[in-house]
Amino acid sequence: MVLELEHVSHLVGGQTHLYDIDLKLVPGAINVLLGPTQAGKTTLMRIMAGLDRPTSGRVRVDGKDVTGVGVRERNLAMVYQQFINYPAMSVFDNIASPLRLQRVAAAEIRRRVHEVAAKLHIDHLLDKRPGELSGGQQQRCALARALVKRASLVLLDEPLVNLDYKLREELRTELAALFADGQTTVVYATTEPQEALLLGGHTALVHGGRVLQHGETLAVYSTPASVDAAVVFNDPPMNLLPARFGDNGRLQLPFGVEVTLARDGLPAGECRIGIRPSQLRLAPVSGKAITVSCVLELAELSGSETYLHLNTRHGDTHLVAQLQGVHALALGSAVDVHIEPDELFVFGEDAQLASAPPGVIHGVH
Amino acid sequence: MACIEFRDLGHAYRPNPATAGDYALQPMSMDWADGGAYALLGPSGCGKTTLLNIVSGLVTPSHGRVLFDGRDVTALGARERNIAQVFQFPVIYDTMTVFDNLAFPLRNRGLADAEIRNRVHEVAEMLELSNELKRRAANLAADAKQKISLGRGLVRKDVAAILFDEPLTVIDPHLKWALRRQLKKIHQQLKLTLIYVTHDQVEALTFADEVVVMTDGRVVQQGTPEALFMRPDHAFVGYFIGSPGMNLCPLSLAGEAATLGGQPLALPEPMLRALREAGDEIRLGLRPEFVRLAAAGEAGAVRARVVQAQPLGNSLLLSASVDGQLVRARLAPETRIGGDEVWLRLVAPETLYFSNDVRIAG
Amino acid sequence: MSKPVNQKALLLIVPMFVCVAFSAIMPLMTVVNYSVQDIISPTQHVFVGTEWFRMILNDPDLQDALVRQLVFSLCVLLIEIPLGVALALAMPAAGWRASATLVVVAMPLLIPWNVVGTVWQIFGRSDIGLGGYVLTQLGIDYNYTAHTRDAWLTVLVMDVWHWTPLVALLAYAGLRAIPDAFYQAAEIDGASRFAVFRYIELPKMRGVLMIAVLLRFMDSFMIYTEPFVLTGGGPGNATTFLSQYLTQKAVGQFDLGPAAAFSLIYFLIILLFCFILYNWMQRLGQGDGHA
Repeated sequence: MVLELEHVSHLVGGQTHLYDIDLKLVPGAINVLLGPTQAGKTTLMRIMAGLDRPTSGRVRVDGKDVTGVGVRERNLAMVYQQFINYPAMSVFDNIASPLRLQRVAAAEIRRRVHEVAAKLHIDHLLDKRPGELSGGQQQRCALARALVKRASLVLLDEPLVNLDYKLREELRTELAALFADGQTTVVYATTEPQEALLLGGHTALVHGGRVLQHGETLAVYSTPASVDAAVVFNDPPMNLLPARFGDNGRLQLPFGVEVTLARDGLPAGECRIGIRPSQLRLAPVSGKAITVSCVLELAELSGSETYLHLNTRHGDTHLVAQLQGVHALALGSAVDVHIEPDELFVFGEDAQLASAPPGVIHGVH
Repeated sequence: MACIEFRDLGHAYRPNPATAGDYALQPMSMDWADGGAYALLGPSGCGKTTLLNIVSGLVTPSHGRVLFDGRDVTALGARERNIAQVFQFPVIYDTMTVFDNLAFPLRNRGLADAEIRNRVHEVAEMLELSNELKRRAANLAADAKQKISLGRGLVRKDVAAILFDEPLTVIDPHLKWALRRQLKKIHQQLKLTLIYVTHDQVEALTFADEVVVMTDGRVVQQGTPEALFMRPDHAFVGYFIGSPGMNLCPLSLAGEAATLGGQPLALPEPMLRALREAGDEIRLGLRPEFVRLAAAGEAGAVRARVVQAQPLGNSLLLSASVDGQLVRARLAPETRIGGDEVWLRLVAPETLYFSNDVRIAG
Repeated sequence: MSKPVNQKALLLIVPMFVCVAFSAIMPLMTVVNYSVQDIISPTQHVFVGTEWFRMILNDPDLQDALVRQLVFSLCVLLIEIPLGVALALAMPAAGWRASATLVVVAMPLLIPWNVVGTVWQIFGRSDIGLGGYVLTQLGIDYNYTAHTRDAWLTVLVMDVWHWTPLVALLAYAGLRAIPDAFYQAAEIDGASRFAVFRYIELPKMRGVLMIAVLLRFMDSFMIYTEPFVLTGGGPGNATTFLSQYLTQKAVGQFDLGPAAAFSLIYFLIILLFCFILYNWMQRLGQGDGHA
């Protein structure tokens, strides 16, 4: 199915929650809504589901206007961050409930419940009640209830956020596999950039009630359209620094370094540059690398990676570097980091992307 | 500030525990140094919250003793222990201003007004709350509220340790960074003993000097983030730390060489002998970060069927099946996977070996 | 583009409208109608404008009843709200004791109004009632049918006995909704028991207490059955509250016009006080700074 939002705005009590959103979901794929809390993801999903009616604008399914059509008349399923199940029913009855409403034959119900329960690894729990299950199992039950309907649209509103980190990892992998057959259009809301990358598919960046950018997940990640888009889709956050292009056309960086960028379409005057933490390196990759002298303010180890919080010696700029492996560096020590000019993002004065890196250079691992 | 010692400490919510399963926290002894940053890491129900509540005095342990600087505090309540705690959901006094919230613990202890003002302003400065002091605490965002909770601990000069119970649950990812950084700086400045409970390995590893990994009421390893990552003592630590966790592949030593699935691995002879002596349930452990691609048919490499290749921005995550055993590899982002078959090198300097979940070699 | 119209929703709303119209709007309009006319006989009536309203507002008996009513409602609030909160704080938090206490506390709420009046009427008698007998034996000159003070005290104690449980139940529900973390934090901050009450329990109970205050105000302001059964409004007019006076007018003297005007004024007074109380309590919770 193809779901489209046209000029959808939504006001609640005089406050605008969504501003004129145009969004066309990619059918049969995972569509990630990525944005911080309060960005408008849930409001957007409620409008997609027909739980709320937009203040203005249209919702179309396969070209047909369904703007005022209630959730009951649409073929969709929704899963929330809270584990929502019927507490008095067994897991089997929970999963079977949408089919019973559709008056599916008993034998068929049995077959489909067992099938979906097996897929979600809860087939041994069908006789239990939700209260007896762990958090992960409860959410699996809620997911099974959503999947058993074989709805053409499945809305998942941060479904893993209340689960343990490791459990999240497992269930995320399973979810991606469950929808890999391309039969279902999935909308998945999350606040975590890594989660969007792991799910793949397509991503819409939502921020302050607006859709900043929409496209293939990796394409959105590699060319953020604006400063806001870069902020939303980078964890650890992208280093964003004020800079300017001088009269000689060279880029003046805040730590007293000038560099020539061999690219077209560069703006004149004030701009902002973006460098991903993973692109600040302890050793240069090419001969063109800029060397920045810094003082180490703080180092964090995450096992496989080291995050360095640095202050530049000139210009007092704060930088974060993400290094592969464990690097034991003393706090307060001098650290030289290297930046490849060809990896810089340049944002114009209007905070829109002016120039993306011409070719992606990858670090040495 | 204080060093914290546990002596044969254990806790069972039911009387007369008989089996290990009866314990919420199995008896153990451990020392935490003064001024250290410790994290308790584990899945829900692993006993980490029980241990935290024992430290804070909210739970009196059924077995063993807790010592603060050598003083037995086992029987003391939270009030007498001089600890502070930041909870999962922000706890603030709704009707008070930020200033009054921060001053509350000092007023309760009857300090002079001038001194209270000094302390509160000092702490507000540190937490970047100076401009919010006159505002009502209830109207602030979640991250500011958590800072207030922390501030109520920091204002007290006598605080022995500050405990954190999953304090970043309600905070947005990009704010987590700023908050964690602030916390780290405060730790370096004040050298307080900090104890942080979480199920999130990234939070635990980035926060702590030493991480205590727990599962099923048991402490399986205490170590630096580097040690837990490079040399996990227990297969659970290998699995739980790292994202995705360590590849753990069962080995068969029945034949002449060690085999995975049906394919032989190039294990050095002494290692093979050691594994044979070690006994049963031998597993090879290698982090996805250290799995390397090999040329087709290369000696010692294994053939695998590609399941999925996920580009993650600064890396490529490859999932492949070696005769039904799933192996993950984190590769350079520009790596191209051609076809649906790859060859992987699983024996590397970083490879570890486990017998019955306990590391025996590597 | 056509807007899909959902007829089903309309069908569901119509019965509600009809019910409200018959139960509230139409009776109210009848009362408004009566209040501006002199009903001489079912077929004969004259429009009199605001005359009944002026007459009622100048009636000294009604003014006395209004003052009595206000004093009574104020006493009820001042006693029942703190007492209910204290009761809720003293009730056990969990286990079988909690369930048992809840049942015992809720008991008076299950007794019909007129039975409550009868129970206390007997209880207070010095010849056959336990309360009256004990007081008399203690040498206290107690007689609620003869002394204004005794009648007032009896009505007040009866109301407190009957309705404090409602406040207690509401406050108890509010208390149970406070997460444990707040108590733990307060203990760590070294807060006294009073500080815990003042800065955690009271602010968190604000919502339910507001409901309790409004309910108790409205109910006590309309009190009728219990004093009617107990004292019949006496001695003299000492315990004749507004609703009883209204009944005397409407049923006893059959002055439908003035009674209707009285009803409307009564209604407006209750509305006005509820509005003031609600706003005051809202502001109490929102003021910036030291609330």
